[in-house]
Amino acid sequence: MGIDIKLPIGLMFSILGLLLTIFGLFTNGDVLLYSRSLGINVNLWSGIGMLIFGLLMLFFAYRTQKSKKP
Amino acid sequence: MDTGFTLSWIDYTIMLVYFVFVLGIGWALKRYMKTANAFLEAGRAMPAWVAGLAFISTNLGALEVMGMTGSGAKYGMLTAHFYWVGAIPAMVFLALFMMPFYYGSKARSVPEYLKLRFDEKTRGLNAILFAVMTILASGISMYALAILMERVLGWNFHLSLILSAAIVLGYTYLGGLSSAIYNEVLQFFIIVIGLLPIVLLSLQDLGGWEGMKEQLAPIVSAKGYAPDTWTTTWKYTGSASANPLGVEWYGIFAGLGFVLSFGYWCTNFLIVQRAMSAKSPTAARNTPLIGALPKMFVPFLIIVPGIAALVLLNKPGSGFSLPEISPGHYNYDYTIIALLKQYLPAGVLGLGITALLASFMSGMAGNVSAFNTVWTYDIYQSYIRPVTGNKETDDKHYLFVGRMATIFGVIVSIAAAYLASLFGNIMDFLQTIFSMINAPLFAVIFLGMFWKRTTGHAAFSGLLAGFVIALLHHGLTAPLGAATLVKGGWICQVYTYPVEMAQNFWTAIFAWTTATIVTVLVSLLTKQKKSDGDLKGLVYSLTPKFKEGNVPWYSRSTTLAIVVLAIATILTILFW
Repeated sequence: MGIDIKLPIGLMFSILGLLLTIFGLFTNGDVLLYSRSLGINVNLWSGIGMLIFGLLMLFFAYRTQKSKKP
Repeated sequence: MDTGFTLSWIDYTIMLVYFVFVLGIGWALKRYMKTANAFLEAGRAMPAWVAGLAFISTNLGALEVMGMTGSGAKYGMLTAHFYWVGAIPAMVFLALFMMPFYYGSKARSVPEYLKLRFDEKTRGLNAILFAVMTILASGISMYALAILMERVLGWNFHLSLILSAAIVLGYTYLGGLSSAIYNEVLQFFIIVIGLLPIVLLSLQDLGGWEGMKEQLAPIVSAKGYAPDTWTTTWKYTGSASANPLGVEWYGIFAGLGFVLSFGYWCTNFLIVQRAMSAKSPTAARNTPLIGALPKMFVPFLIIVPGIAALVLLNKPGSGFSLPEISPGHYNYDYTIIALLKQYLPAGVLGLGITALLASFMSGMAGNVSAFNTVWTYDIYQSYIRPVTGNKETDDKHYLFVGRMATIFGVIVSIAAAYLASLFGNIMDFLQTIFSMINAPLFAVIFLGMFWKRTTGHAAFSGLLAGFVIALLHHGLTAPLGAATLVKGGWICQVYTYPVEMAQNFWTAIFAWTTATIVTVLVSLLTKQKKSDGDLKGLVYSLTPKFKEGNVPWYSRSTTLAIVVLAIATILTILFW
């Protein structure tokens, strides 16, 4: 129906992933913040994971788009 | 324990981005909503994977996530029965044997299938009950969300209620069922990604699965069970007293694996509607199967952290705690919240909270979008204003009615939410009633699909009889230590079940059995008014066998079904 859902999913997770990655980089080494998560920078890791997922979705959306309009 | 959180700007930013997308999807779909069919049935154009993820996402509501994590702490891996034996066989059955009839009959809803297969009164009874129940369910979701926002985020209860209602109304009014479905897919991903850090961190903290098992043993032994009870599924179901569910293997098999799960997955329009929105008969058949794939792995996402919570709760110095209902009795519904608080720093915390809010809202949206379809097609179109024949004005009119039903549904949900805030037990009550309606409904639809002799009068009386017996059973029995009459025994308590779960299972089994017997007997005593021609496409023996067409063997529904069953079997054996 009208829109390809891969596009908004890809877009949203890319934005959120980027946001968390940057936040993770800036807070890297913040012992107090990451004491809860056992010293692991979960923001950075989750951010990177989401960014990859988002970009993959965007790539698939792009491929669908291309195959529709030869 | 203090359940409050302080969220920082990054958490709020994540939440904001999510809700911009949710409303944005509705907005983008707005221009496609020109007919009632587009609005209420998503134009029957969904790819199988979208419908399949929406199918599973509808079931992965926030109450489910919170409840099942709590059950993970209370019952351990035994909770996985709700995901494996209690879901997979029913989903496969729905896909292979029932979807061809639901989809192929061109019925637009489950009540409409009842009308085509049986008669008007059977449809009417089901449609009205369904409409009332979905609106109540949506209201309860709304209430639970507002309570959560009040306790956890410190927001005003009334403001939270109105705000969440407005967002749900916003995107369902704009984009109808398509919007609800797309947002369910979005929610599926956000809930998986949002909860994954808790699973990984809690296991890391406790030394992995094996480490957790080791620390679990003394805690479980102290409760009077075998040390590995919390990490196995079938091993201790030989007798009801050896496992915390309080049910034997045959009770699980018949009650959960058959009656409850088939009743829920195969007849609940909220669920079936997702598969009916698929773009082709094959896609409709594949929808439940695609949904079954992630479904099998949900236990690792929500039950495992629950088990970890039990260990943390008993570990001195972990700093983990749950709110207490009374001294020594924890409120396990807060398990997931407490875990979020325990492990997640600002940033991913916002993601976790967003995941919970998202699943609350999509739960409401799902109910509202099922309600407006049943209202428009099965109540309004049948009893208030039938089709005139002029397609253009009809389409416009029913689209308008569908939209108004959406607004009406949300307003009544708000009222139901306030009702729920007055009567705390309404939630238990509703779940009980739901299981009383679903079990007989499954009996009737099953007989109708596979036995052409089943008559309209029989279906109607079967539904009623099953419901009455369920009520009677509930009125005559109660779980041990039940404090309120909502739990049962309101007529007179003649039997006491060890736990509530056992009572629920047996209520459903009694209801299903009665409905089956009554439907068969009345069918034999009454005349079949429908000719074989009328029943073509509605009954198994009168419908040409479903052909998969020219698809290669590896993308056929039957192949997918075998894969699903094989994985479920392997998981069951691994966690025996």
